Formats: sequence, structure tokens, C-alpha cells
Amino acid sequence: MNENILQIQHPVLSISNLMIAYGKDKSAVREVTADVKRNAITAIMGPSGCGKSTLLRAINRMHELYPNIQTTGDILLNGESIYKMSTTRLRRKIGMVFQRPNPFPTMSIYENVIAGYDLNGSKLKKTEKDSIVESSLHDVGLFEEVKDSLNKKGNFLSGGQQQRLCIARALAFKPEVILMDEPTSALDPLSTAKIEDLLVELKKQYTIVLVTHNMSQAARISDNAMFMYLGELVEYDKTKKMFTNPADSRTEGYLTGKFG
Amino acid sequence: MESKEIIIETENSGWREKKDKLFFGIVVILSFITISPIALILYKLIAKGYKQINPDFFFKVAPDTLQAMTAVRNGELLPGGIANGISGTLLMVAVASVIAIPLSILIGIFLYENQGKQYANLIRSLTDILQGVPSVVLGIIAYIWIVQGITKGFSALAGSVALAIMMLPLIIRSTEETLKMLPISIKEAAAALGVPYHKIILKVMIPSGFSGLMTGILLSISRVIGETAPLMLTTLGSTAINLNITKPTSAVPLQIWEFYNNPNMIDLVWSSSLFLLGFVLTLNIIAKRISTQFN
Repeated sequence: MNENILQIQHPVLSISNLMIAYGKDKSAVREVTADVKRNAITAIMGPSGCGKSTLLRAINRMHELYPNIQTTGDILLNGESIYKMSTTRLRRKIGMVFQRPNPFPTMSIYENVIAGYDLNGSKLKKTEKDSIVESSLHDVGLFEEVKDSLNKKGNFLSGGQQQRLCIARALAFKPEVILMDEPTSALDPLSTAKIEDLLVELKKQYTIVLVTHNMSQAARISDNAMFMYLGELVEYDKTKKMFTNPADSRTEGYLTGKFG
Repeated sequence: MESKEIIIETENSGWREKKDKLFFGIVVILSFITISPIALILYKLIAKGYKQINPDFFFKVAPDTLQAMTAVRNGELLPGGIANGISGTLLMVAVASVIAIPLSILIGIFLYENQGKQYANLIRSLTDILQGVPSVVLGIIAYIWIVQGITKGFSALAGSVALAIMMLPLIIRSTEETLKMLPISIKEAAAALGVPYHKIILKVMIPSGFSGLMTGILLSISRVIGETAPLMLTTLGSTAINLNITKPTSAVPLQIWEFYNNPNMIDLVWSSSLFLLGFVLTLNIIAKRISTQFN
């Protein structure tokens, strides 16, 4: 066992010996073993192409959308293998937010939030839908801003508001885990600050795994941090410890800006 | 030194301005040359055809030779209209759309989903070849398949099949291109919500690209609506309004050909052509409007 890997009691996610390769020989993630702490923000850092996005996408099996993908190892969600669940059920429990805000362009704000239910053919009463939409928008702090235009399309919203709408869409399922793939990289600093505050608020109810290019963002809001390099999980520790006293020289090199 | 440089600058800019004006002039002249055929065609059709455009033109069938001859001798407007042609054209385009639209949208989705795969490339090339097949050849094929094989006689169905084959490549390519223009992030958003594949396509991708698909469909209809050769071989024509797809049917372009062959009905050639061109132009303008909205 790698001594640079954090040990966690009762993890929500437990990744073991995960290997992901594109095609025959291009491995993207090598032998990653790590547990993810409940109700915390876990940041995944690393230079471009280090496999951090692939690792994140493997957690809700979104990486299977790529062609010629090969996966070995396992990921347990509360002790249950995600590879034995249907993707529909898995993705209800593990939501995802992307780099760029991607609300459905043909749907209203209301329909966007409830889209996960509607597109999967769930039959909900109007009152149930209303309460899910309202509480999800409340949770991301968007309700007051859009309550008069719920039936309008979301394209008049600012980038930050659209991203919060997308977070609300993921929250509508009350997932266990929310995966975020550089959720603020397309946003201005003010919107970024709002989203960061929101994430700190959300971790009281949800577990968040956050891929970020932005080291200071990881330092500001994450509890634990992973550092990946060339597909390998080099170091995984409490964020404070990693930023003050990294165990591996490669982590130190990245954090001090020697490469990346 | 400095003053010399400035002089060179002004000399240059004077020449540049001249070049700019010359170029602008050439562009204006060439644009004028390009639009003049359509302007001349429209002018001729309106000048010669407007007289016959009246309610009867839309609601009555074509006159027979005797009626036409009498009207010409008395110097009157030709009686009747092209109701049999309009109804036949609408019927055949509707049936062709029912055949072609679902099929070609499915193929378009398939091509979009299999980018870069060899069999998809093969299908794409075959689609291109299909687009290049002369329409009269498609008419012969429809004649063999439908006229000889199914309806045992000239029929609207045979015409519809010929038109549907012509519509296929246009809608296939426009579907694929439209879907390719949609950001992949929309698809990912739906997949991340656990939406199954067929629902991602039907409920997210198709609605998002709806206006693009609509544009392709309208353009393909405007492309086939004036086709004459395949219809001559398949539906033959009819002097009465016919809505039975197993029977011979008239169509506007067929009627134009018939009017052309009858010296007494020349006036109807112009008005029918005006109608057909107006119809196609309208479809094109609607398609343009929709696609601007889409972008």
C-alpha cells in the first residue's frame, strides 16, 4: 500500500486498483486506489492529460461514452459495486456538473431542473415536481433570481447562473455524490466565488469530488486533495497537509509551479 | 527621413483606396450579373402569367382542348385552373415525406453516432452517389418497382417513391450536419442524468436540432416539388382531381409539360410556372427564416 494514500473511515466511495485505458496501450488511469470521505470536498489536481477527468468520469461511468475504453478494478458506492448497477440508477446517486454550463437549450428553467425525472419517464405529480424544483433552486441560491421566469428558457441567464442551474439539475435527484469537472473554469471571478461558497454549503448534505486546474481553488475549498501525474495517483492527503508539507517531490514540484 | 516616410505612406494609401473602390465596383457588377437571371425569370413569369391567376386557377381542373380553343378564339382568359395538379403534387409530396423523413432522419442519426467508422463512411458515400443519380433514372426504377410490381399501372405511389428517393440524401446529410453542430455537452448532460440512449436522441438531440432538421426537410421538398421526368414515368398525369395513391395522378410540373404541348394552353404554362416558382421560393424563405433562428 502506498504510504502517500489517505486512509478514510466509512468512505462513501472506495476506488480499488482502477485501471482505465483508451484502446490497447494508451492507459489514462493506472492502479488508482483511494477512498472518498463523506460530506467533504475532495479535489483532484494535476497537469493536463494526467487522467484526472477520466478518473472523475469513471465514478459515474461517463467514461464509457468514449470509444474503445477498457476498465479494470472496481469502485464501490456505499459498499456496492457501481459496475453491477444500471447506469440510470448509478447516475441518480452520483450526479455530475461539467466544465461549461450545459442547460438543455430547448427547455425552460423549470424543465431543466426536473429534466432528470422527465427524461427518465418518472411520473410525478405537479406538486411534487414544484417542490423538487423549488428546493433544488433554493439549494443553489438561484430561486429568488429566477422565480418569476421559471417557464422561460435559461439562455438569458449569466454563465454563473447557468452553472448553478446545472448544479440544481444534478441536485434534483438528491444524489449521494456530485462530481464536478472544473465547474468554474469557464466563469468570471465573481461567479467563481459564488460557486465556491455554494460548494462549501452543499458539502453539509452531499459529497463532492472536484476536478480543478486551479490550485488556489483546491486550497480554498477542499478538505482532501489528490494529486495525479501521468495517470498515477501520486499523493492523496488532507489538503492542508499536502499544500504545506507534500510527501512526494512531484507534488511539491507541481504545487510550486515547476511544471503543470 | 521622417517626412519621406510619410510621403510614401500617403502615396500607398491613395493607391489602396483606388484598389478598394475598383474591387468594390467589380463585386457589385458580378453580384448584379448573378441575380439578373432570377430577376429576368421572375419578371417574365409575372408579366405573362399574372392574368390567369384567379380563384378558378386554384380550384378548377385544367380545361379540355375544346374549351381552351374556344376561349382563345374569343380572346378570353382560359377557363379552369390547375387544381388537379396542385392536389396531385401535394398528395405525392406528402406520401414521399412520410416515406423519406423518418427513414432519412434515422440514417442521419446513425451516421452522426458512427463518425469515422468505415461502414458509416461507406453509407455516406453511397448517399452522395444517390444524390448524383439523374432523376429520370430514379423514375425508371420506381416504374419497375412500383408501377410494374405493386400497383400494376401508373400511380401516385410510384411517383411518391421516386420523389422519396430523391429526398433521402438531402435529409440524411442535413440531419447529420445539424446533429454535428449541436454541442456534445448537451448529450453529456443527458447521459449524466442517467437518461437511456434512445431517449437522449429522441427527447434531447432531436428537439435541440429541430429547426435544423426542419430546414433540411423543407429544402428537400422544394427540391423535388418541381421534378418532372420521374413523374412522367410513374404517375403519368390525370385530367381529374385524384387522391387515390394507386391511380394515375396529375402534378403541377406534369401539367406545365402538357400545357406546353397544346398550342391553345400556352397562357397556362406561364401561370403554372409562376405558381410553382412562387411555391418553391416561399418554402426556401421559410427554411432560411427557420435556420437563422436556429443559429
